[in-house]
Formats: sequence, C-alpha cells, structure tokens
Amino acid sequence: MLDGRGSVKRKLGARLWLSGTWLGIMAVLALFAPLISPHDPLAQDLFAGRLPPFWVAGADPAYLLGTDSLGRDVLTRILHGARIAFSVALVAGLATAFVGSLLGLLAGYMRGWVDVVISRLVEIWMAFPPVLFAILLIAVLGTGLTSIIIAIVVIDWTRFCRVVRAEAMNQSAMDYVSSAIVAGRPRRDILWREILPNVLPTMVALLTLEMGIAVIVEAILSFVNLSISTDAPTWGGMIAEGRTSIHQAWWVLAFPLGVLFLTVLSFSQFGEGLKDRFDPVLR
Amino acid sequence: MSAFLTVNNLSAALHGYEQRVLRSVSFSIDTGEVLGLVGESGAGKSMIGKAILGILPTAIEIVEGEILLGGQDLQKMKPADRRRLIGATAALIPQDPLTALNPSRRIEPQITNRLVDILGWTKADARLRAMELLNEVHIDNPERVMASYPHELSGGMRQRVLIASAFAANPKLVIADEPTTALDVTVQKQILRLIRDLQARHSTAMVFVTHDLGVVSKVCQRLSVLYGGKIVENSSIPDFFAGPKHAYSRALLAATPKYTDPDASLLPVDEAVIEAVAAEVLESDKEWRHGG
Repeated sequence: MLDGRGSVKRKLGARLWLSGTWLGIMAVLALFAPLISPHDPLAQDLFAGRLPPFWVAGADPAYLLGTDSLGRDVLTRILHGARIAFSVALVAGLATAFVGSLLGLLAGYMRGWVDVVISRLVEIWMAFPPVLFAILLIAVLGTGLTSIIIAIVVIDWTRFCRVVRAEAMNQSAMDYVSSAIVAGRPRRDILWREILPNVLPTMVALLTLEMGIAVIVEAILSFVNLSISTDAPTWGGMIAEGRTSIHQAWWVLAFPLGVLFLTVLSFSQFGEGLKDRFDPVLR
Repeated sequence: MSAFLTVNNLSAALHGYEQRVLRSVSFSIDTGEVLGLVGESGAGKSMIGKAILGILPTAIEIVEGEILLGGQDLQKMKPADRRRLIGATAALIPQDPLTALNPSRRIEPQITNRLVDILGWTKADARLRAMELLNEVHIDNPERVMASYPHELSGGMRQRVLIASAFAANPKLVIADEPTTALDVTVQKQILRLIRDLQARHSTAMVFVTHDLGVVSKVCQRLSVLYGGKIVENSSIPDFFAGPKHAYSRALLAATPKYTDPDASLLPVDEAVIEAVAAEVLESDKEWRHGG
C-alpha cells in the first residue's frame, strides 16, 4: 500500500540530466540551423582557408570555430551536420525500431513456424558484415538521405528483433499471460495490452541506442563518401576532410569528432536512464 | 453423471517424445465440490490444471483423452471457441502472486478486462463488481487498491486481488494452483479461509492443487494422489485420513510433519515404496503403448 511510504519519486539522476541536456541543445540547434548559422555551409572563401578557432592567435572572430581548407565555416557546417545527423537518427531509429520490434514480438509471442521463419532470417542476416552490407546497399540504391535511412533499417532491424523476441518470450511465460488466456481474452489483445507494455522499456532503451548507431553509420558512410553529395555538411564528411589536414588545422577534425562522440554517448546514456526510470519493477 | 468437470483418460507428453508427463488421468468434480490434487514436486499436479485451462507449455501436448466441461468436450472444440468457453466458465488462482499480475498495468483493468471484454459488462458494472469482490476478500480500501500498480501491494494483498479476480465472473470451475505456497504461514491461513468461503458461497467446483495434506483436509471433500503424472489413489477425505489404500499414499501421509511432535525429524518417503510406485507407473506406460 501507499500508506506510510508516501509517494516515492526518484530523482532524475545526473545521467539523464546531462545526456538529455546535450541532446536537447543539439536538437534545437539542428532545428534552427539555417536561422542561427553565421555563414552559408557551402560558401567557400579560399582567402579565409584554415583559420583557427577564436582563442588561437590569427583567428577571425567571424569564424568562431575556424574554417576548413576551402574556407567554409566549421561551426556552420557542424550545425547543418546536426540537422542531417538528427534526421537520420530519428527516422532511421524509429523505422528500425518499428520493423525489428514488430517481427520480434510476433516471433516471441506466437512461436511455432512464425518464430522459426523470423529467427532463421535473423541468423542469416547477421552473417553479413554490416558496414559492407550498408556500402553495398548504398551502391545499389544510390546516395542520398533516403538511401542511408533504408540502409540503416535493413542492416539493423535484427538488433531489435533478437532482443524484443527474447523479452516477449520471457513475458509470455509469466503467469499473468496464462491468466489472461484463461480469462478468454483474444491473443491479439494479450499481445498488445499485456506483453507490449512490459517490453516497451527495453524498446525505448534500444531505440536511443539505435539512434546513436544511426548517427555513427551515417558518419561512416559520409566518411567513405557514400552519404549525400560530396560537399554536403555531414559530420562524417567533415571528419574525412579534416583527416587530410590534421597537422595544419586540427580543428577541422576535432570539433565534428567531439560533437559526434558526445551525441552518440548521450543517446545511449539517455536510453539507459529512461529505462531505469520507466521500468515498472524498478520504478 | 452430473459432474461439471470430467477428465477422462487424459495423457500428455513432451512434443515428439514417447514418455508421458500425464498418464491416463481420470477424475470428475460436481458443482460445489472441491477435489484436492496432491503429490510431490514434479508429480504433474499443476500440469493437470494447465491442461484443463489450455495453458500447457508449448512443448507439451495432450496425446489422448477427453476433458468435459459442462458437458462439452474441450478437445473437440475449435481453439477460439474453447478459449471463450473457458473464459466464461473457468478461472485460475495462480501459484505465484508476484508474476501473476501484469507489473505495468493498474489493478482495476486486470480484474475487469474479462468482465468487460468477454462477458460484455459495462465498465461501471464491472467496477462495482470488482469493488464488491475486493471487499469480500477483506481489502479495506478497494478504490485505492484498484488504482495501484502490483508493485505497490504486498504479496498477501496481491494474492487476495488474484482471488477476487478469479471469482469476479462467477466461474463455475476454479483451479487453485498451490495458491498459498508463495505466502508466509500466517497469511496462508487467512487466504485458505477466503478461498473456501468464496467457493462455498458461489458453490464453485474447484480443483485444489497442493502438496500439503493438512491443507487438503481443511478445504477438500475428495482427493487424488499423483505420482509421476498418474493418479495412484482416488479417495474421499475421511476415508483417506482413516487409512489410505495405496502404499505410496500411506507413506506420503506418514511423511507429513505433525504439530503434536514438533521436534521429530522429517521423514522422507521410504525408498522401497517409491521404487514400487515408479515401477507401477512404468508398467502402465507399457500397457498404454500396447493398447494404443
């Protein structure tokens, strides 16, 4: 009962706060990138090439984080890169979660031939090296944002499928599912109303992890020049360009890499924090 | 026969194996009657209840026999019809109150789902009925309990909720699967009394699965002793406690700890008796194979 103990509220925790703040700031910056960017992400100014960030001698205060070898503003390109990264994270993450979770739920709950078919498919799928698979897919589909998203869904749905299937099987073995069957409730109803709510925390944690992975995959594809167009401001593309001039202009590599790292880390930490918070048993 | 539930020659086996886990089990229960199923762990007590309710693990299938519920043969029905019939007439009081309530749903819908979705009650009626039953199982503040999540209730409270939930739809058959095993001794007694009262008031037919002969003597009118998925003895309660017919039943009764002599050491069932009963069970398997 609630008596005496009162209503127990847990603190949000530093993990959720820090990661949430970072993701929130990045999301807002991404959303308003065209409005707040100081420069055009594609505008080249060869006379202003490789300017250092503002605190280093020889910097131009108009370019806060410096410029790359073609004189494009690093800050502007990071902000526009965030737009691409977050769109990919959101759309690819949700699509992957949807496809993988649906198949996982069906396999784990229905068992029988449905499970056999889906599980074998997952095993076959996982025998492909994922990055090569993605590159192959992009080669077939052509470059562009849609292709990247499709590639991520196609290579990563198995991650959701396996975990959700196992969790659905766990939950199906619980007595409350037996009770629901005895109560004569339809199978579909049991899947959506009894099992799904208990698998949801796992799915949310996986979803944020997947968003981080989507950002990484997009960066990898950009790095090998298979993402959007060659001069599009993607984090991976910036890292690839920065790599060639690391000794002359470290900032071209360091800033996008740092932002990428923090964003991916925040996604996974945010997911873990949410899972702890919304797990019905831990709550 | 006017029996409400008749189980005839029921055998179940692991999928793809010859070895049976239930061996030609037969019994029947009249309306308002309580049958105890006793036996040691792994004897197949719970399995029988699960077979009747259609919740056997997927690896186990019924290979033979019939289950008649209110005159209808469950094995011959379409799965959807069978589930509807069971939903409307039978209920389960599960063994473990910790896993038998969905942790992510509030108590109220867990009691009323069946009434609203299957039996077509209005939400308001179902809510009233749930309150009434929570009162019957001596829960003081039904409204608050119905708005709670399972983790906010103690084990004893949850078991009461499960009992209320089982009796909510006026079932004609209740299968109580060791309903007090997971509870501590002081709570056990109250819960047993509750189940017995509700059963008597609603004159429900009940299968009471337990390994505790003391409990059987208080709750049941008849009992069946199981070993290795086979019923070795059917008896009325007075006859059984006056002197069981089967050697295994006698040994089981002798192994029950006595409150009159709390310092006596626990007696295991005699090895020779176990060997004899195991041989008997295997012998019945041979006959079954030749017959089938």
